[in-house]
Amino acid sequence: MGALESSTGTALDVALLCIGGLLGTGVVAAVVARARYGPRTIYGACLATCAVLLAVSLSFLIDGAATESRHLPIGLPWIGMHFDLDLLAAMFLVIVNLGGVSASLYGIGADAEEREPTRVVPFFATFLGAMNLVVLASDAFTYLISWEFMSLSSWALVMAHHRDDDNRAAGYLYLVMASFGTLSLLLALGLFAGPSGGYAFAEMRALHLEPLRAGLVFALVLIGCGSKAGVVPLHAWLPLAHPAAPSHVSALMSGVMTKVAIYGLVRIVFDLLGPPPIWWSVVLLILGGVSALLGVLYALMEHDLKRLLAYHTIENIGIIVIGLGLALAFEAGSIGWAAALAFVAALFHVLNHSLFKSLLFYGAGAVYATTRERDMEHLGGLIHRMPVTAFAFLVGSVAISALPPLNGFVSEWLTFQAILVSPQLPAWGLKFLIPAVGAMLALSAALAAACFVKAYGATFLGRPRSSAAEGARETHSSVRIALLALVVLCVAAGILPGYVIDAIAQITDRFVGGRMPVQGAQAWLTIVPIDAARSSYNGLAVFLFTAFAASAAGFVIRRVATGAIRRAPAWDCGYVDSSSALQYTASSFAQPIRRVFGTWMFRARETVSMPRPGEIRAAHFAVVIRDLVWEWLYVPIERLVANVATRADRIQFLTIRQYLGLMFVTLIGLLSLLALTQ
Amino acid sequence: MAALGYDVAHLLAGGMVLVSFMLLYQDRMGALLNVFALHATVLALSVAWQAYVQDAPHLYVTAFIALGLKAILIPSALRRIVQRLDIHREVETTVGIGMTMLVGVALVALSIVLMLKVTVGVDPLGRQDLAFALAVLLLGLLMMVTRRNAVSQVVGFMSLENGLILAASGARGMPLVVEISIAFSVLIAFIVIGLFLFRIRERFDSVDVTTLHAFRGDRT
Amino acid sequence: MMRAATLQIGQTLLVLLLAPALTGLVRKIKSRLQQRRGPSLLQPYRDLWKLVHKEAVVAENASWLFRVVPYLIFAATWTAASLVPSFATGLPFSTAADLLAIVALLGSARFFLALAGLDVGTSFGGIGSSREVMIASLAEPALIIVAFTLALIAGSTQLSVIAAFMTSGEVGLRVSLGLALVALVIVAIAENARIPVDNPATHLELTMVHEAMVLEYSGRHLAVIDAASSLKLLLYVSLIAAVFVPWGLATPESAPSQYAIGIAGYVAKVAVAGALLAVFETTIAKMRVFRVPEFLGASLMLALLGALLMFVTRSL
Repeated sequence: MGALESSTGTALDVALLCIGGLLGTGVVAAVVARARYGPRTIYGACLATCAVLLAVSLSFLIDGAATESRHLPIGLPWIGMHFDLDLLAAMFLVIVNLGGVSASLYGIGADAEEREPTRVVPFFATFLGAMNLVVLASDAFTYLISWEFMSLSSWALVMAHHRDDDNRAAGYLYLVMASFGTLSLLLALGLFAGPSGGYAFAEMRALHLEPLRAGLVFALVLIGCGSKAGVVPLHAWLPLAHPAAPSHVSALMSGVMTKVAIYGLVRIVFDLLGPPPIWWSVVLLILGGVSALLGVLYALMEHDLKRLLAYHTIENIGIIVIGLGLALAFEAGSIGWAAALAFVAALFHVLNHSLFKSLLFYGAGAVYATTRERDMEHLGGLIHRMPVTAFAFLVGSVAISALPPLNGFVSEWLTFQAILVSPQLPAWGLKFLIPAVGAMLALSAALAAACFVKAYGATFLGRPRSSAAEGARETHSSVRIALLALVVLCVAAGILPGYVIDAIAQITDRFVGGRMPVQGAQAWLTIVPIDAARSSYNGLAVFLFTAFAASAAGFVIRRVATGAIRRAPAWDCGYVDSSSALQYTASSFAQPIRRVFGTWMFRARETVSMPRPGEIRAAHFAVVIRDLVWEWLYVPIERLVANVATRADRIQFLTIRQYLGLMFVTLIGLLSLLALTQ
Repeated sequence: MAALGYDVAHLLAGGMVLVSFMLLYQDRMGALLNVFALHATVLALSVAWQAYVQDAPHLYVTAFIALGLKAILIPSALRRIVQRLDIHREVETTVGIGMTMLVGVALVALSIVLMLKVTVGVDPLGRQDLAFALAVLLLGLLMMVTRRNAVSQVVGFMSLENGLILAASGARGMPLVVEISIAFSVLIAFIVIGLFLFRIRERFDSVDVTTLHAFRGDRT
Repeated sequence: MMRAATLQIGQTLLVLLLAPALTGLVRKIKSRLQQRRGPSLLQPYRDLWKLVHKEAVVAENASWLFRVVPYLIFAATWTAASLVPSFATGLPFSTAADLLAIVALLGSARFFLALAGLDVGTSFGGIGSSREVMIASLAEPALIIVAFTLALIAGSTQLSVIAAFMTSGEVGLRVSLGLALVALVIVAIAENARIPVDNPATHLELTMVHEAMVLEYSGRHLAVIDAASSLKLLLYVSLIAAVFVPWGLATPESAPSQYAIGIAGYVAKVAVAGALLAVFETTIAKMRVFRVPEFLGASLMLALLGALLMFVTRSL
């Protein structure tokens, strides 16, 4: 871990100016949003600013430049505001601004459907600005202020369509959880810096905490950043709040804001806190594995398209946390190169997830914009009506299911390689935990593929199940540009992963004390994470061979035999099937899996009530699913808080004598405490 | 030669664990009794191999007892009892089969951790064989706990015995007297249990343990 | 360099040409066991030739995805099959993808097939796809964990390295290998739609899994899908042979005669495996659909146990 060379350079200054521009745009937008082309201008301004930020941070990252810092004398007089641009921050800036660029493109296209632009556009700009600010913040005060800014602007965006009851409930839960998260972060940073410490990150880095205090800080940071990222069991707000916001904001929240939370976790745990003990990695591995499995099982039970995508965010955050846990374990076991591998796997997945989650949310948003339906049971057949969106959503589904040759597979593969190195770790607990976590990861990957077959099949394939689906039309051209750009990025990251790994690998040295071998030097663009004899993967070769095989087969058959096609009604074993209600719905597709996994996990029960002969009423089928985390964790806490509040309420209604008595007793108590401890 | 000896013993012990899992997987009585016969056969092979490697001829007798008694005699007798008492041919479980197997894997992990921590300094394959024997014992216990039918509980008890014999034969110098007494107690227990099953069945028309539970006097 | 490239192309073509023969052999032996004469060994080739020349009848509301999917499945399966060492290790393409990538390639093929089942919007396609993904959700993790076990034993996830390690005799008889073999055989049966999981020759819709997904396909599309299914069976057989019966594989330094021995040995292994599969399918009955998750769950547990043993005993 090299010494921190920091200098004031241009990249950081440009970035800070752009952020100021974004915040200013937010203020201006409050006035301008009502005008005819107002929203489009604002989105255009955001697009330009984010593009500049993207270019600056990308060039910073690729050059591997030295850290830059800047101290601004605004804010609290004895701290001011510190900003640091190092390689980790540059990578996360790239992710944030990539999301910003694509979301602004979407906004330009979709703003015609937005009914309340004044509630969305100003907060959109400030949301982007705040997220960038969190990544650059380099002292506790700036960090917390930007974090709160980010939470509040996203809350405002969630409440944008506030006339809907569900959205209001989602907003309320989000506000409670966000406040809870900020409170624990506040406690963590305060505990870290201590009564005499400075709050700048540079000063906190130099502190060496005792194990108990470090452990407490770790737990609090995990609660704070974990609740924002969506780690089980603090995930309950995510599937409600993310779908409630407008579609491009959902993409930003799922694809980008959760990553900013991961940035906070990485910054504080890997950078500021010192060498980690083993139990930190055990906690991260358990939480990551449970989140991955639970997230995808929840998603399988869902038939609201956006909520399904939000649950998948929980699953992918679980995968990232598993990678981080492995990195911590290897760092504690002093196996630097393996820690670097796990860390790169986690960061690669951060990038991948932001790409394909944004892609999927834009697709879902496009579908919602034209059909006003989020329920997959009322969609269908959209591949004929929205060809570009369908193609982009297909690429996104293949990517998120970790199938080669796209990018999701590469990060999952790297995580598996890191798991295979772990027998070298001496700790006993890890020897049993890591294969179990590996099994959970494999299980969640297979279930994710199943879930996306369901999502894509029910939404885009088959026949339309409602008139809304029949009347769907393709989206606006700028939305299509955003979708296709993300498709290209997903494919590129899958085929040429070596370049991405090299860009990320520079970060690891300072944080975990090791480095992966340089991928650019490998022959034929293969990636070799550890050793050529150990494992290697060549995305380009796989892609080319598959493409060649498919087209060769098609070409040869057409030449040698025949290319004739005849259209006819579907065979369907000879049944004449005229109703589109007879095809499989999303919940019927998930029924076998619901029966295998859902019976014990969610107490899933199906009830069928058939009319007796002679009755005219319709048959009724219902599936009841219980969320056990909600019932066992949140509801008891809520009841406890309500009870305590009701009891404490009595303090409001005491007589004057009782108030005096209260003060008297407290005073006597403190005096006797003083007497005892002197 | 020694390496091959260790490897074959290790493989047979692992085979016992595998067959214990197969016992947990069965859902029909006939198949269960067949797999139990297989369990006893693998035990007999393992004990015979130990007799060969340790050069201890009395273990051949143990192997023969295991083969004759537990692989042939007892399963066929149990099959006759099942037929005569007209017991359900389906094995009823309290928890699902998938969950039972997951708990089984956790039990194997537990026995490995325990044995490897307790027996430091012994040769590595011996430690693993002891761990496997403990695992077979625990899996037999798991089977007794998660089955509702008395016959399958008896089979679980028998596989537990097999685990004990596996552990005993792995260690050197176990005298035959203990073997005969174990076999005798098994035989007597089997006769008693059979008698009880017959009487219970006559009295209550069923050997399902949950039905019998209702007749206990001190039930709250 | 030229030699390596020729050998790789040879392996790629060999698996393509041999796959229908394996299917034909299994069918022939099953028929003989059922006291029938059965079709000739070359019948699958004739079937493919016939289907390819027929006009493809496509449903009116099928999309472009429906017509592209057969080629995608074929390409993914063929890529995976040409990566498994059949008669030689150390071929150049084998560094492009390791065992985990092969599992994932088969996963992509299955993903697209399930989508194709849902495309036309009939209930039979739905039943096939939903059962297929249920089976896959347990079979694929079991396969990945078997890959873990093999990687921990051999120190690499590359199939060539694993096969070379198994041939070298350093392995010894390990319990984890036995457990991995049992788990792999169970997964192979499930993934190739064989009895007891699925019946490849059924005409009853309610017992179909794979057949239901491809119900709407005809003509050259069906031919390509059938070729892909045969390739998948050959892939699993080659995988089991390369890992558990690796003797006879040629290495990069071998003389040309060694390659001839390798090819002959490979054909023999495939024939024996086909015979064993036919005997197994004839002696066992098909399971109820909801017994299959327990079956695959058992395979997952055994694989997990094997991997656990490897993790724990690695440093002993």
